[in-house]
This record gives sequence, structure tokens and C-alpha cells, in this order.
Amino acid sequence: MASNGKLTGRQRLGWTVLTVVVLLYALFPVAAILATSFKTQADLGNASFLPSSWTWENYQMILVGDAQGLFLTALRNSIGITLIATFIAVVLATLCAYAIARLDFPGKKIILGSALAVSIFPVISVVTPLFNLWRNIGLYDTWPGLIIPYLSLTLPISIWTLAAFFRQIPWDLEQAAQVDGATQWQAFRRAIVPLAMPGVFTTAIIAFFIAWNDFVYGISLTSTEAARPVPAALAFFTGASQFEEPTGAISAAAIVVTIPVVVLVLLFQRQIVSGLTQGAVKG
Amino acid sequence: MTTAPETSRRQKRESSGSSQPKGGTKKKSNRAKSEARLGWLIAGPAFFIMLSVTAYPIVQAVYDSLFSFRLTAPDDRSFVFLQNYLTIFSDVEVFWQALGVTLFVTVVTVAVELILGFGLALVMHKALKRIRGALRTAILVPYGIITVVSAFAWYYMFDINSGFVNNWFGWVPGIDSDLDWFANFGTAITIIMASEIWKTTPFIALLLLAGLAQVPDELVEAAKVDGASWRQQMTRVILPNMKAAIMVAVLFRALDAFRIFDNVFIMTNGSANTEVLSLLAYRTSIGRLEIGLGSAVSVILFICVLLICFIAIKFFKVDLASGTDAKGGK
Repeated sequence: MASNGKLTGRQRLGWTVLTVVVLLYALFPVAAILATSFKTQADLGNASFLPSSWTWENYQMILVGDAQGLFLTALRNSIGITLIATFIAVVLATLCAYAIARLDFPGKKIILGSALAVSIFPVISVVTPLFNLWRNIGLYDTWPGLIIPYLSLTLPISIWTLAAFFRQIPWDLEQAAQVDGATQWQAFRRAIVPLAMPGVFTTAIIAFFIAWNDFVYGISLTSTEAARPVPAALAFFTGASQFEEPTGAISAAAIVVTIPVVVLVLLFQRQIVSGLTQGAVKG
Repeated sequence: MTTAPETSRRQKRESSGSSQPKGGTKKKSNRAKSEARLGWLIAGPAFFIMLSVTAYPIVQAVYDSLFSFRLTAPDDRSFVFLQNYLTIFSDVEVFWQALGVTLFVTVVTVAVELILGFGLALVMHKALKRIRGALRTAILVPYGIITVVSAFAWYYMFDINSGFVNNWFGWVPGIDSDLDWFANFGTAITIIMASEIWKTTPFIALLLLAGLAQVPDELVEAAKVDGASWRQQMTRVILPNMKAAIMVAVLFRALDAFRIFDNVFIMTNGSANTEVLSLLAYRTSIGRLEIGLGSAVSVILFICVLLICFIAIKFFKVDLASGTDAKGGK
């Protein structure tokens, strides 16, 4: 049907309509907050989608102006904490998934099963004890105090996705390379690493999305800008005066933290889709 | 796809092991032992961290829930056994209301997402190569976007001060410039669910897309040759063959929806009767520092998640592990 690439006029029209509908569905809310972020303070109440005059003032406020302290520190926290948590999760998950895909040892099922159990765990159920414990041992409101719980979010999906990827690698290549005279390390590096890297990279992107998205840990385990990430900071934004809603500043900040997501999606949509579907459902 | 190379590899390894001249059973078991040690050595750290960040706190929460304990008065801590649970269960206004709202949100969002997600999956499945990439890129935006950002985007669209929806849809009966969407339950919960649905439908769509791809083409072709209508192809061939994928998607999303927090926190913070269980737990323990009572709510939430899982696995035979073949590792 559609696969041969030749469409009748009606089919073409149908597909155009469908595509527009899907694009509208996916992008309209983003476009709405993007438009809001360019509205002037007076324009925010204009009850229309687009600003009547476009302005950068909201971005100036959060990047160089009054809200700079609040937003830029939160942005730094978010970037730092998310990248470190992603990196640790991917390294540990790579080792773990390698063992699961490549070695025979008792307890594989237990590891995969507990990864599954942890991934359905309600975050809010563990946040109270962590809140208490962190306050007692001094991890409350620190970077490690968020990085450690973020691992519980990022590790399970990383292990599952990578285990699925690694099962598909033809490990015999390693032996073939060794037969051809390569040392074991050379064989691993030249034959296996290039095959494994796309999987590891895709997993890193998915883990990044998940850590970047966190809100519960962010508002529960921090109290100041020392460690508070952007999603939590957005909830604490206040207007320039008590009579002003922080709508413009929040919209601008929301757009800034959405940029990395959009860039990653644009560059790597194919890998993300294959990673997500492999980790979850695979025949 | 995965099993064939794996078994051949295992056979190869075993045969090469036994072909060694003096490789008796003792040597083989030593090798198995060292492989087991190596396996746990490199898989262990991830396993240990996952468990310590979740298992330890939940045990602590169960313990804390048996005490009357406020951080504001730490010396007044006393053992009350199940009193906290009784307090919660007898509070119709707060707990049962929150549980009801949470269940309502879970059922409605998952049902809508399943239908929408299946539609999206079908569109992506049938789409021409050259627009497939654009479609996937577009739907990954809501997937990757921060939930809090989605909450604000939807909030500002409908907000009585900054929104444009009242203006655009003023012609619809019941909508006018004075409608405050977040002032009453029906409208507020609708927007909360809309944001939740918008953000998470792409995930369901991708899972279902993977399920669609697994339906054998021959079956669909055969049905077509036999003169099956589109509807018959759907209900007799495609859907039955996707049952596993649908079940896994529904269970994952249901568990996720049951934990809903971010959207409610941002849009209403529980006002207009929109409080959900996660928010209740948060406000009790982190907000009011009533650790004992808050822990009890957390434990109840955890038990609810376990119950949903148990029901799904027991009565609907959802095999979560089938996906990544946890059992395939033997």
C-alpha cells in the first residue's frame, strides 16, 4: 500500500492531513509556551496565542537580570547532577548488562527482576526516609544527595536497554579477531566496542531524559539553590513584585531547559526509538 | 533473533570446554565458579546501588510508619503500632478522596492513551519512509520534555489570566472569559489529565509500534486475500497478535499514572479536590514534617502499586519479563 511510494491524490491528501494532525498534537503545547515566553509583562493578559509585540525581556530576566541567581544556579545544578548521574548509571549498567549478556552466572534473573521492580517503585514512597537519612548524614541539599537517588531512576532502564542491545552483538567476532592475531583487549576494542557504542550512547540519552525530568527528588531533598535543579526551582519562581505573576520568566526558563531535549531528539530520533522499544518490548 | 546466536555460542563454549584434553567436571565447575564470581563482580555494583536506594528506604518507611513522629517535635516520638494507618483509613475527606482521584486519573489517562497511542502507532507504522522520521521526531518531543514544563505549558494555556483558550473557545457553551478552569474539580482534573496524556502517549505509541512490527505480514496478507475487512483484520489478526505488547504498555503506564505528582503539584497543588496519593504523602511528610503519618501514606501507596502489579500478572497474565527475556538468560 503506502510502501510503494506512489500515492493517489486522495491518499496524498489523507497523509498530509494526518501528518499535520500529529505535528500539531506533538508541538502545539510547546509552541504555546514558546509564544508566552516572548510576551511582555503587559501582554501576558492579552488572551491570545501570540504576543502583540515580541520581546526578549523574559530571557534577559532569567539569564542576566533579577532572576539570574535563581535560574542560572538551578541550571548549573541540573546540568551537573544530571550528567554525573547519567554517566555513573551508564558505566555501571554497561558492566552489569555485559555480565548478563555474556556470562553465565546464577542470579541473572534476580538482577533483571529487581531492575524491573525498582523501575515501578513509587519515588514518593522512598523520599521520606531518604529526606530523614540525608538530613542526618549531611547529604541533604547537596549534589550527591540527588545523584544517588537519581541512580535508582536511571539504572533500571539502562540495564534493560543495554542488556537487550548486548544480546544482539555477534560476540563471535571477538574470537574471530583473536584468531586473526589480535590480543584479547585489541579484539574487544576493535571488534566489540564499535558495535556496543551505539547502544551505550542511546542508553545515555534515555537516562539523561529521565534524570533531567525529575521533580519529586528535586523538591524534596533540596532546600536552597545549593543543589536545587530547574524543575524544582520553577515551582519556586516568584514575580518581580508581589503583584506580578512570574509567567514570563517561568515560560522562558521552561524553553531554555527544553532546548537540550529538542536538540537530542532532532539528532538522534532513530536511536532513541530503537532504544526505547528494545528495552521494553522485544520478541 | 537473540536466542539463535546465544545458544550457538553457548554450545560452542561448552564443546570447546569439553574438547580440552583433561577438562573433567572439576575443571568445568571451577570455571563456572570463576565465571559466577566475575559476573557478580561486574554486575554487582549496579545491583547493590539499585537495592540500597529503594529497598532500604522502604523498610525504613514501614518502620517509621509505626511511630508517632514529627520532625518539629523529635523527642515526642512514640510507638503507636498501626494507629497511623487507622487515622489515614478513617479520614474519608483526605485519604479516600485522594485514592479515588488517583484511581480515576489512572483509569482515564491509560484508556485515552491506549486509544490515542494506538492511532499514533498505526500512523507511524503505515507512514512513508520520508515522513516517518518527521513524525517520530515530533512525538519524541513530548516524551523527552520535562513533566513540569508540560504542566506549565498546559496551565498557561488555560489559566484565567494568561490563557488564550477562553478567548478562542468562547463560542462553546460553558466557556467564557470568566471560566476559571482550575477552580473546580471537573475542569481542573481534565487539564491535569490532558497534560499527563500529552506527555506520555508517545511512550505507549512507541511500545505499540514495536508490537505492530511483530505482527507477521503473512497473516495480514492472508486475511486480506480471504476478503477480511479492515475492521476484521484489526480485531481478528492484528490486535490478538499484539496482546502481549498492549498488556505490557498498559501495566507500565498504569503504574506510572498511579504515581502522578508533578502535574497536580504545578497546576492546582491539590486544590479543587484534585489531591492525589503522591501529593498527600509529600505534603504530610515533607510539607508538615509528620514523618510517621507520611511514611504510612507512602507505604500504602507502595502496597497499591504492588497490588496493581499482582492483579495484572495474576489475572491478566502480563509477562513483564517476556520483553527483555529475563527468563531467556536461563
